[in-house]
Amino acid sequence: MHPGLNEILFISTALFFIGVYGFFTRRNLITMLMSVELILNSVNLNFIGFNKYLWPHKLDGLFFTIFVIAIAAAEAAVAIAIIINLYRSHNSIDVENAEELKY
Amino acid sequence: MEGSTIIFYLLAALTLGSGLLAVTSRQIFRSAIYLLFSLIGIAGLYFWLQYEFIAAVQIVVYVGGIVVLIIFSIFLTQRTGEKLPEQKLGRQLFAALAAFCGLAIILLQLYKFKLIGTAETPVEPTVANIGTQMLGTDVGGYALPFEVVSMLLLAALIGCIVIAAPSSSPKRGETQHTNPKPNTN
Repeated sequence: MHPGLNEILFISTALFFIGVYGFFTRRNLITMLMSVELILNSVNLNFIGFNKYLWPHKLDGLFFTIFVIAIAAAEAAVAIAIIINLYRSHNSIDVENAEELKY
Repeated sequence: MEGSTIIFYLLAALTLGSGLLAVTSRQIFRSAIYLLFSLIGIAGLYFWLQYEFIAAVQIVVYVGGIVVLIIFSIFLTQRTGEKLPEQKLGRQLFAALAAFCGLAIILLQLYKFKLIGTAETPVEPTVANIGTQMLGTDVGGYALPFEVVSMLLLAALIGCIVIAAPSSSPKRGETQHTNPKPNTN
């Protein structure tokens, strides 16, 4: 059987829930950020699969993917800046130690 | 079984397997490397779907940018050779249960319906087509979101510098850090 849209959607769904599992279990901010990256990637794969198999006469899914990648890059940069600032003031990046998010 | 099918399932196994290892490994550096392989597998899937531009963007931005940023932040914040603490079994169980239930619901919905595409002539996702529509201002053009995203990137750039720069003014005494390097900017 040649792989089609259903296989792509299965991969993206599985990757999404792998990311959700990591986001629930991890208590380290960097590993939580990595789980968020997995979730965003699964969404991108979803957009590309729908664009390829359902609406091949338009490129809208591709543009959404490009914008999601750009926003994910900005989000990762800001999150890492916050994590480094938190490490400077608390000497730990565990979310249990970051409960008072005050300056 | 033809070659393209085998390649598809190999890429799928690479993506899902290393993604699973990335969220379960207890050594954070290995976890980052597994994330790298998962993102490479996704880029391979884009190549398999013949969206070469997106695959190139994925490799450049994620593999070359975000993962390197994550690895540098691991170097800055973790003590090397130290494993992450073991999580509580109940939390792991409930997270796995929640993720599995969500997966089951979505997959049941997915296989209940048959998705049918349009029969119109497809547009090739070449760089020329992408560039023409990306900067187009007529109907279907993406010039306005392009400008908005560029403003967002500028704001994120400035925000990162402001947040991550070491505080130089001693106006708040209790949060002053001893920085061995003199702050020159």
